[in-house]
Amino acid sequence: MAVASAILMVTRRNIVHGAVFLINTLLSTAGIFLLLQAEFLFVVQIILYVGGIMVLFVFVIMLVNLDVSMRQVQFNRQWFVAGALALVLAAQFLFAIHATQAGRDPLRLPAMAAEISPKNTEAVADALFSHYMLPFEIASILLLVAMIGAVVMAKRRVG
Amino acid sequence: MPFVLPVLYAVVIVAVLPLMAGYIVLMERKVMADMQARLGPMRVGPHGLLQPIADAVKLLLKEDIIPNEADRLMFWFAPLVSVTMALLAYSALAIGPAFQIADLNIGLLFILAISSLGIYGIVLGGWASNSHYSLLGALRSAAQLVSYETAAGLGLISVLLLAGSLSMKDIVQAQSDQGVWFGFSVPFGFFIYLVGSIAETNRAPFDLPEAESELVAGYMTEYSGFRWSLYFLAEYANMIIVAGIATTLFLGGWLRPGARYHEHIPGTGVEWLDALPALLTLGVALYSLKLAPKQPVKIQKIVMVMVAVLCFGVACVLAGALFAPPAVMQGIHGAFWFMAKVFAYIYAFLWIRFTFPRYRFDQLMRLGWRFLIPLALVNVIGVGVAIVLRQQFAWGPIVSLIPTTLATLGVAMLLAKDDAPIVDAQTADGE
Amino acid sequence: MIPVDYYLFLSLALFTIGVIGVLTRRNVIIMLMSIELILNAVNINLMVFSRMWGTVDGQVFAIFIITDAAAEAAVGLGIILAFFHNRETVLADEMDIMKW
Repeated sequence: MAVASAILMVTRRNIVHGAVFLINTLLSTAGIFLLLQAEFLFVVQIILYVGGIMVLFVFVIMLVNLDVSMRQVQFNRQWFVAGALALVLAAQFLFAIHATQAGRDPLRLPAMAAEISPKNTEAVADALFSHYMLPFEIASILLLVAMIGAVVMAKRRVG
Repeated sequence: MPFVLPVLYAVVIVAVLPLMAGYIVLMERKVMADMQARLGPMRVGPHGLLQPIADAVKLLLKEDIIPNEADRLMFWFAPLVSVTMALLAYSALAIGPAFQIADLNIGLLFILAISSLGIYGIVLGGWASNSHYSLLGALRSAAQLVSYETAAGLGLISVLLLAGSLSMKDIVQAQSDQGVWFGFSVPFGFFIYLVGSIAETNRAPFDLPEAESELVAGYMTEYSGFRWSLYFLAEYANMIIVAGIATTLFLGGWLRPGARYHEHIPGTGVEWLDALPALLTLGVALYSLKLAPKQPVKIQKIVMVMVAVLCFGVACVLAGALFAPPAVMQGIHGAFWFMAKVFAYIYAFLWIRFTFPRYRFDQLMRLGWRFLIPLALVNVIGVGVAIVLRQQFAWGPIVSLIPTTLATLGVAMLLAKDDAPIVDAQTADGE
Repeated sequence: MIPVDYYLFLSLALFTIGVIGVLTRRNVIIMLMSIELILNAVNINLMVFSRMWGTVDGQVFAIFIITDAAAEAAVGLGIILAFFHNRETVLADEMDIMKW
């Protein structure tokens, strides 16, 4: 379902429909996280990505006048070459996945499952606030910079 | 077979919820009337008790109008999103020790996440209506929701630090263990969440996006009949959800007020406070019986008697539970206390609605970002300090939070003083 | 359970669709959305490997990526809005002020 929504998103003419399909894709991704027993990331994905970033997108889509752009050609002139390149890239990745298939372990579920699932949030919090404290602080500075940037962008120049 | 009980609870909640939402509307109208020195709906049932049913029938029979240029898919989809998210959030809510559809160990975050998805119902609805007023109302509402969601979430975090877990059941358990409800030990957290939740549900004094005198009805303008009732249901279901979260986190969930007061009725093994629910419901039943002969129309008399019988039945159930095994008693009485607290919280919502004038949108955003969020941050830090005090110096559960409360109070007063009177000249060039 | 391959194929598919979206669409907003899609595909990859090895490092990294995506989306949308106020267009082909 994630792939179907993603394809639909990229091909829609109406951007609002595209946004809704992206929301669908993000929710499917969140569901995949839940399948992988990462419940904290499931909730974080929904709150941040779907409930935050996509709201931003939807805001901008609605503030931008779309009628003109919706009637124009949607795909640019290089679509064929771009598509071919993307498929070549995908083929390379596929090759990489297959090349390592021989020595790869399947998901080591039975041993790890009981240990991880009830304590996923605590485990993530532990790691985040001990080993990864520095990236955490840097991420907060990044967010601060982004906030300042966005505010500066939005101010209209007086006069 | 482990699915039977959750499915049963889910069916009960989904079946009872629209009815409850309808009766909250009636409650609102009666309370509004009472505060405005009039009577409110009196005709449709005795004292207006059948009014919600009449309203529901009317809404279902209305014509379904779709604006001409509207985006049909979105128009159909938007109320659906609102209602689905509002109902989905009930799955993690814990109404009694065993009355919960799913005891997720991230229960609280899940409810918050689902509430934040409800924004899309509003935004897409405003967009799909293809009208300027709807779109503006929808965007304003979404901005307000996102801002106050942050503030409310921060208010909740301060309590989560004390509870130590995200599971709704564990949070109530923590309150029981610490012997004091978090609403009393962290009053500022409660205050922040109260204000945040009023804004979250688009209630007055933050209801600019949907106020009748402002943008007609904001994002709901173009919806009529059943679609409108879906939005309406979503709004009141949302109200009940935030009341449920507040009750679980701040008001002790299903715990009996005065849980440590064990005075027994002389002669029996029943405690006074445990007998209170049954006595209250019995009182309501007797009052209905007293009012029954005074109703003007015969059908109203009949309905009144039915209400009396219903209350009497509930009283019997509550009293009977006293003599049942403790698990059953806790379950049934827990549900009663939970609903009582939820209704008290909703009454606070209504009271605030009819007391305060509406906030203008920029005042609203200023309140959210420049007052509530700093206050909430100070509160969180203060609670952290309190936890350190508890662990290092072994202060008690209530005493350790007194410095927090004082610090937050100080910051609140500083912030409130900082809010200079808004000078209109500065908005001349469109800020 | 579900073998690792399937998750990797899913992530690959999403990644490719995102790349095609970025490269072929004219509308800048859809390009940004496709970038978010690419980031999500990467997230899925990280989560799968984190689960496979049983550590949470991958999940922490995924949190950072989500945070980063939020910051980038905010700034990117700000730029789009600013440009739109000036030129009234959101199509990449028409954003050619710096062309000589």
